[in-house]
Amino acid sequence: MRGFSFSRLMLWVGFAFIYLPMLILVIYSFNGSRLVTVWGGWSVKWYVGLLDNTQLMNAVMRSLEIACYTAIAAVILGTLAAFVLTRVTRFKGRTMFGGLVTAPLVMPEVITGLSLLLLFVAMAQLIGWPAERGILTIWIAHTTFCTAYVSVVVSSRLRELDLSIEEAAMDLGAKPLKVFFLITIPMIAPSLAAGGMMSFALSLDDLVLASFVSGPGSTTLPMEVFSAVRLGVKPEINAIASLILLSVSLMTFIIWFFARRAEHRRKKAIQQAMEETTGIREQQGPDSRRDPSQVHATA
Amino acid sequence: MSVASSTYKKVLEGDQQPKEVLVKIERVTKKFDEAVAVDDVSLTINKGEIFALLGGSGSGKSTLLRMLAGFERPTDGRIFLDGVDITDMPPYERPINMMFQSYALFPHMSVADNIAFGLKQDKMPRAEIEVRVEEMLKLVQMTEYARRKPHQLSGGQRQRVALARSLAKSPKLLLLDEPMGALDKKLRSQMQLELVEIIERVGVTCVMVTHDQEEAMTMAQRVAIMHQGWIAQIGSPVDIYETPTSRLVCEFVGSVNLFEGQVVEDAEGHALIDSPDLERNIFVGHGVSTSVQDKSITYAIRPEKLLFTTEKPAGEHNWSRGTVYDIAYLGGHSVFHVELPSGKIVQSFVANAERRGARPTWDDEVYVWWEDDSGVALRS
Repeated sequence: MRGFSFSRLMLWVGFAFIYLPMLILVIYSFNGSRLVTVWGGWSVKWYVGLLDNTQLMNAVMRSLEIACYTAIAAVILGTLAAFVLTRVTRFKGRTMFGGLVTAPLVMPEVITGLSLLLLFVAMAQLIGWPAERGILTIWIAHTTFCTAYVSVVVSSRLRELDLSIEEAAMDLGAKPLKVFFLITIPMIAPSLAAGGMMSFALSLDDLVLASFVSGPGSTTLPMEVFSAVRLGVKPEINAIASLILLSVSLMTFIIWFFARRAEHRRKKAIQQAMEETTGIREQQGPDSRRDPSQVHATA
Repeated sequence: MSVASSTYKKVLEGDQQPKEVLVKIERVTKKFDEAVAVDDVSLTINKGEIFALLGGSGSGKSTLLRMLAGFERPTDGRIFLDGVDITDMPPYERPINMMFQSYALFPHMSVADNIAFGLKQDKMPRAEIEVRVEEMLKLVQMTEYARRKPHQLSGGQRQRVALARSLAKSPKLLLLDEPMGALDKKLRSQMQLELVEIIERVGVTCVMVTHDQEEAMTMAQRVAIMHQGWIAQIGSPVDIYETPTSRLVCEFVGSVNLFEGQVVEDAEGHALIDSPDLERNIFVGHGVSTSVQDKSITYAIRPEKLLFTTEKPAGEHNWSRGTVYDIAYLGGHSVFHVELPSGKIVQSFVANAERRGARPTWDDEVYVWWEDDSGVALRS
């Protein structure tokens, strides 16, 4: 029992380590005092104040917008890359392509950001596009590294997929492009959704890349929060952080709930199918094909 | 080894019916890099027959099937279907459908949608598709499962759906890739007969690939034994089993006792073989064509044709002394391992016709013997 209580204790310590700071953050977002570290009684005035803070609200909307665009672009590009890597068996430079697609995963963000900044500046000088840095450049920057994540997730799913399912579709008369949209995409849909959500979260969260490639008037939420904190933590920031926390946990809960329900239904259906088949077999009794009057030549 | 009665009958009657060639494979070779998977194979498949490619793993049987389906392109050679060269035709244009080993049902579609998929690709009117799907469901007795998803079906049911899907487009040629590979043993023998019944009712020509000789012999009218990319023998199950043309074939199909020896007497009506494994010569009831230089030959005899008694046989040839070395009781029959004086161990199958008859037991002195025409003399 001692071992059990010790592991139980460690579990709670671990939980506390991860979630206590967030709890404190949520509690302090209801702090009535203007000073962050001094408790001044319960209040929701920072939440109300948020709505009036147009700068912050604009940053929130901008970040959500970029995250949406990034998720869409990264899923499309990442899926294409994954498909080429797993389905096109042989082409020149395949190994290198595979390495290059996933390289942004391990590349320090500072380097990616700096090189993208240099590229954008050089391009603006040479061909005049992008004319100025803003949402577009942040979108491009986020897409580069999110594509890597999506391609990893999607290619692992594609690899474990039974190849003969796609072959069967082709065998039945569907051309390769049709096979991709009618068969492959629906089968990898869960991993596309996972990749999309991951890209969304990564883009929403990114500070480093956005700081490098953003221009005037395109401050994202993480940048806004970071600069606000540098000038001293305001209770308003606590409020916005709490709201983000709430929306993220709500979303996770909803996904978990639906996934569990789907799994439950699936299990029930399989069980039902199995019960039915055994039932039918019992009903039929001895197989008529085993009739002894039928002569089986035995060698 | 049981042969389904209808198939067996067909084999016996088959020679009288006129044969029409459907598939012609002409000197097809497939190389993967430098490894040769299929090596210069030529064969023809007749209309309406069930043809089996039988071989171990790596024998090239699956590659040959995939070339028929169009998933692999031959390195060399041509494939004709009904006189049309289909060698360079992509799989989606060939009038050939395949039932995959894993069944490859579309997991996100219902049973009916799975069957309708091929018809939809042909732009068939919706009403006609519905009629055809209904017909196919009836054929495989799955009508009440039309709305189910594949994961809600048992293994046998999935196979029926896969079969219905591959038959829905009325292909000229049906390909079966290890059709029973994913089923358990008991279901297997039941489904084998059911599958043959459905295929014969539809009347489609069928090429199947299998590593299971029993399956090939039960289902197919003709069997091709493949080994390392080439075809060792083509023939009916009876031909393959009773008159193998090479050591490889007779060792691959069923079990066999082999005696190496030299031809000592070769006449028109008979031949004598002297084997160091046996004390007596082997008498073959027909002439054996041998070359002057090389007199060596292999005599093959199936264990069920190798009989044994406790009394000394009267004849001069085709018997040997021995002691019972081991007995394996398998229910329907027993396998007696008999050690000959030369140290060679031969197998003999004995049907357990009596419930508890008196039988020789371990270390008993016995005599093994066989009829003059029981075995086959093999030169390769």
